[in-house]
Amino acid sequence: MISLDIEGLTCIRGQRVLFRELSFSLAAGRALALQGPNGAGKTSLLRLIAGLLSPAAGSIRLRTNGAAVEDGEERGKYIGWLGHLDAVKPQLCVREQFAFFARLYGGVGNLDEAMETFGLTALAELPGQYLSAGQKRRVALARLQLCARPLWLLDEPLAALDTAGKALAAKTISAHCAAGGTVVAATHETLGIACETLNLGPGR
Amino acid sequence: MTPFLVLLSRDIRLAVRAGGGAALALAFFACVVTLVPLGVGADLKLLARIAGGVLWVAAVLAALLSLDRLFQADYEDGSLDLIALSPLSLETTALAKIAAHWFATGLPLTVLSALLAVLFDLSTTGTAALVVSLLIGTPAVSAIGGVGAALTLSIRRGGLILPLIVLPLLAPAVIFGSGAVLAAEDGLANGAFLFLAAFSLLSVALSPFAAAASVRLNLAT
Repeated sequence: MISLDIEGLTCIRGQRVLFRELSFSLAAGRALALQGPNGAGKTSLLRLIAGLLSPAAGSIRLRTNGAAVEDGEERGKYIGWLGHLDAVKPQLCVREQFAFFARLYGGVGNLDEAMETFGLTALAELPGQYLSAGQKRRVALARLQLCARPLWLLDEPLAALDTAGKALAAKTISAHCAAGGTVVAATHETLGIACETLNLGPGR
Repeated sequence: MTPFLVLLSRDIRLAVRAGGGAALALAFFACVVTLVPLGVGADLKLLARIAGGVLWVAAVLAALLSLDRLFQADYEDGSLDLIALSPLSLETTALAKIAAHWFATGLPLTVLSALLAVLFDLSTTGTAALVVSLLIGTPAVSAIGGVGAALTLSIRRGGLILPLIVLPLLAPAVIFGSGAVLAAEDGLANGAFLFLAAFSLLSVALSPFAAAASVRLNLAT
C-alpha cells in the first residue's frame, strides 16, 4: 500500500520552466494518467518522483502503510520503472535479461510465469537484438511485473504494442492497482482502465 | 548471489560477448606490443630496457579502448535508470563495473604480457616483475578509467575525451610500473612496487565515490 503526495512542485529544465506549483495526491490502489503535449514535462515529472531528478522547488512524499518514506535515494527502492527506453541488451537473450534484473532486484516473482503471461516463452533464448520494438516493450512490462515494486512509473507504456499487447498492459496495470499498488503513467493514448487524469499542458 | 555479484557477472558476460570490447582490447595490446620490436630493430639490449615502458603504455591504452562503454552502454538503452533504482547503491554499482572491467580486460592483459615479454628478450626476473606490476597496477587503470567513463557517459563520442581525462592521472602507474621492471632487470632493490600498490589501493578505494557522483550528475541532466 503506497500513496504519493506532491506539493508545490516546480520543474526547471535547461532554464525553461516546465511546470510550477504542481500539487496532487494519489491514494494507494489508484492509477493516474499524465497527459499533455510533447515537452510538457511528463517524463521529467516521472524522473522527479523516482528521485532521479531534483525539483527546483516543492516536495514529493511517499507513504507506505502510513509511514513516510525517507527522501532521496531511499525512495528509489519503492519505484517500478518503465522508461521510454526498454533497457534490453542486444547481446543477452530474453531469459538472461529477466534473470539479471530479477536477481538484482532481489529475486521476486516467477520468471517462467511472467514470460508466459507476456507471450515471450517462445523467445526465451533469442538475443535482444532480434526483438521487435513491440516485443521489447513486452519484455520491459514483464520485467516491471517481475520486479514487484509498489509504485509504478510508466513512460508511454503502450508505445509500440499491438492490440493484444495493449490489452495485456491494461490488465497488468489494473491488477497491480487491485493488489494495492499505485501507478503513474505518462501517455498520449487512453490506458483502457479506470484512472484519474492530470493534464500538464498549458492552461493547467 | 548478492546484487553486487549479479551486476559483476552480467558486466563480465557483456564484455566478453560480441561487441563487448574485451577481446578487442587484448588484440590491440598484442598488435601494438608486437609492432614495437619491428620498429625499433633487433637490438636486444635496447628492447629489454624499454620493455617495461612499452608494455605498460600499451596496456593502459588497450584498457582505455573498452572503458568508454562502461556506463555509456547502460545509459543509452535505459538500463542505468533501472540499475540506479535497484537496491544497489551507485557507489557499489560503480565498484562492480570497475571490477568487471578489470576481470575482463586488466587480468587478461596481465596474463598476455608474460607471453609478449619474450619479444623483448626480458629476463625471467624482469618478466616476473612485469606481471606482478601489471597485476598490482591494472586495478588502478580500471578504477580511474571508471571515473572518466562516468564523467563522459552522456557525451557523444565521449571515448575521445576519456583518454584526455584519464591518461594524465595514470602517469604514476606507468612510472612506478615500468620502473619496477627496469629495477628488476638491473637487479636493484626498489620501492616501486610499494608505491604502485599504494597508488592502486587509493584509486580503487576512492574511485567508486567519484564515479557514483558523476553518474548521479549525469542522470539528473
